[in-house]
Amino acid sequence: MAEMAIKKRRPKNLDLPTIRLPLPGILSILHRISGAAIFLLLPFLLWLLQASLTSGETFASAKAVVAHPLAKIILLGLIWFYMHHFCAGIRYLLLDLHKGVELEAARLSSKIVFVVSIALTLIIGAKVLW
Amino acid sequence: MVNRVLVGAHYGLKDWIIQRATAVIMAVYTVVFLVVVGAVGPDSFEAWRGIFANGFMKFATFLFLVSLFYHAWIGVRDIWMDYVKPDGLRLLMMIATAAVLVGYAGWAVQILWRM
Repeated sequence: MAEMAIKKRRPKNLDLPTIRLPLPGILSILHRISGAAIFLLLPFLLWLLQASLTSGETFASAKAVVAHPLAKIILLGLIWFYMHHFCAGIRYLLLDLHKGVELEAARLSSKIVFVVSIALTLIIGAKVLW
Repeated sequence: MVNRVLVGAHYGLKDWIIQRATAVIMAVYTVVFLVVVGAVGPDSFEAWRGIFANGFMKFATFLFLVSLFYHAWIGVRDIWMDYVKPDGLRLLMMIATAAVLVGYAGWAVQILWRM
């Protein structure tokens, strides 16, 4: 009976519109989504690498594919996913070394990951795609 | 008979370390690659091909790709373990993942050494 009483008093918040994933949580799920997306795009990327290295003609055709607006959008998204996975991964390696595990530091470092990865994406995207 | 205890025997430690070791290899390569591409500024087929024709870059690129495939194996396997509950389907997804990644490794060898 005592157990039941304790279970009943446990706080519950299932008011979905008010529940928000904190920034480190968004970083975390994006780490997984970006990794999965890069995995799924591997055949396209390997094909692109192969075409770009085989001959002058295949290099030109790879360049033409990358110049397509749809490919540019996909590649820009991919660059962001890669940079996010890269920056968030470095943050996780530091967390493994017990650096920045406190709440405030962890929140700050997740903000830094978003700022740096988006900045790198814009710089690389501007250089490579446009 | 040996009574094996399934807790505290470091099952999974190997993958945990490999996930991080491959991550460090890829992170270092990413920086090296960006610096090389930034310095060379390849705007032609010859210049782009020249980057990968270099012995060190060829080796480093292959190491990067193998690290990527092993890293992807552990990460994607974890995704199947988290979300795919039926054992048969999960096993099928894992085998398919491992199969394509081994295939990609062969493809990577072909790309780098037949160019």
